[in-house]
Amino acid sequence: MLSFIFKRIGLAAVITILAVSSLFLIVHMIPGDPVSTMLGPRATPEMRAALEARMGLDKPLIAQIGLFFANMLRGDLGMDVFSNRPVSEIVLGQVPYTLVLILVSITWSAVLGIALGSYSAIHRNSLGDRLTGILSVSVIAVPAFVVSLYSLLIFAVKLQWFPAIGAGDAGNWGDQLHHLVLPSLAIGLSWVGYIARLVRASMLEVMGEGHIRTARAFGLPERQIVFGYALRLAILPTVTVIGVGMGFLLSAAVFTEIVFSRPGLGKLVIDSITTRNYPVVMGSVLFSTLIFVASTTLADIVNAILDPRIRAGK
Amino acid sequence: MTDASLPKPRSELGEILYHLVRDPLGLAGLIIVLAILASAVLAPWIAPYDPVALNVPDRLQGPSAAHLMGTDQLGRDTFSRVIWGGRVALQVALPTIGGAIFFGLLLGMIAGYGPRWLDNLIVLLFDTIRSFPTVMFALAVVALVGPSLNTVILVIMVTSIPTYGRVVRTLTQSLREAEFITAERALGASTARIMGVHLLPNVLGPLAVLAAMDIPTVVGLEAGLSFLGMGVKPPTPSWGSLLNDGYNLIRNTPWLIIAGGIPLILTTVGFTFLGEALRDVVDPKLRGKGGK
Repeated sequence: MLSFIFKRIGLAAVITILAVSSLFLIVHMIPGDPVSTMLGPRATPEMRAALEARMGLDKPLIAQIGLFFANMLRGDLGMDVFSNRPVSEIVLGQVPYTLVLILVSITWSAVLGIALGSYSAIHRNSLGDRLTGILSVSVIAVPAFVVSLYSLLIFAVKLQWFPAIGAGDAGNWGDQLHHLVLPSLAIGLSWVGYIARLVRASMLEVMGEGHIRTARAFGLPERQIVFGYALRLAILPTVTVIGVGMGFLLSAAVFTEIVFSRPGLGKLVIDSITTRNYPVVMGSVLFSTLIFVASTTLADIVNAILDPRIRAGK
Repeated sequence: MTDASLPKPRSELGEILYHLVRDPLGLAGLIIVLAILASAVLAPWIAPYDPVALNVPDRLQGPSAAHLMGTDQLGRDTFSRVIWGGRVALQVALPTIGGAIFFGLLLGMIAGYGPRWLDNLIVLLFDTIRSFPTVMFALAVVALVGPSLNTVILVIMVTSIPTYGRVVRTLTQSLREAEFITAERALGASTARIMGVHLLPNVLGPLAVLAAMDIPTVVGLEAGLSFLGMGVKPPTPSWGSLLNDGYNLIRNTPWLIIAGGIPLILTTVGFTFLGEALRDVVDPKLRGKGGK
């Protein structure tokens, strides 16, 4: 078990290093340099040289990558050109908003999706199962920002049940929760359908397995079979999918934060792009990549703990 | 596939279509998808107005007989922009998915059929590409080179390659040990022949299913990036830029947002229905694999 965890974390480290290096290389291969993008066409050569030196762009590429990693390990992502605050501080300030939004979204949709999926599997081919099936397939691919815009239009602008802008007053939990309703609805909706289908399929598979038949043969109540034995195995794919789906959740969060003018990584990236605040853009992308790699790794490890077969298979 | 009434034999494509239209979900998906394709191809003849023609005196109108979906802040006909927006969506989706399938096939087959070290290398490459959240990655590139349709196509294509590559790799690996491949190899067939003649036809079905399921994602991403002002440049009509106009005017008129969202929802639902039904026909084993 421990060796599996160490191997998986090692792989995550390799992937992170490769991802960061390739991000770095892409930045350098793309025509047009960040300095002229940031300074605009009227920059003097002296201004260019000063900024280049400050960003370390005057050193050879290999040295730049090495320096970048060394700084990254120390938690130093460079300085924001405009406010002169450390990039890591700016980005870290926004991460909690995005994480809370994502976690709330995935929690409500997982709870509802698992409930619907189990219901569908137990009442297979009933009217409820078919309706759930069609609804699930219908919402699965609808982009989160379309749901955001429609819910903003209906529930915030027309009905005015929920606020349209911001994340709520700091320290006021009720207000913050009120501000979370529509954005988390937008991000979570497609996941309800997705998880419901996934749980239904894996529940049906598990219900056909030997240990469930044995439990039936022993005359255990159906309730205990479903919730005590089958569900535990049936939700495993959901854990993986949520871990791997972190990238989609982050992407959805970008749009949702813009639509509802919420603070967070997405809002930060867009604002930094429009002000050409280049180091902050890179810092945010880097952070979201780290969050993504960490979550896929965690999902694999949790899966291995829940299901001994995976450990044995590796 | 033998029916009690023994229908006359059909071609493979005919067989797939036959089963597809018998599934209500598949039929609905097929009709929606064909309607979207037709309206995109026939846009110049269907659209009642020029999608970029300004008509400021008629701006921000609600739906009427003259303007089915109203007009935007510059008096452009929203319905015409919705129709033309479908062209932009397909202009992005088709090359993106085509390219991703091509490279996914190439890399996936090499990984599945080639030596172990090459397999490990390609899988590591896939995992690395997949570790970037797509939108964040796209935004980073757009921040560097500025918004353009080609950037959007390239970025989405690169980030989609692993989706196809992994499926091709797994299928190739399982087929490699199949008896008909062993027999072919014993008969002295070259690797190229085995890959092209035997492996390729067997992976195309599942790839078609994946592609149908992937189109909503790609169309959604293009619209999303255009919505953020990072994709298609104005005045080119895109569903995303329509939504952006609607978002800025949400308190004045709801029509722009409603009109921009409908084609996106139709496209995603249509292609997902089609993909689901296609999967049931082509490969029941893929059940539950599509989507995210």
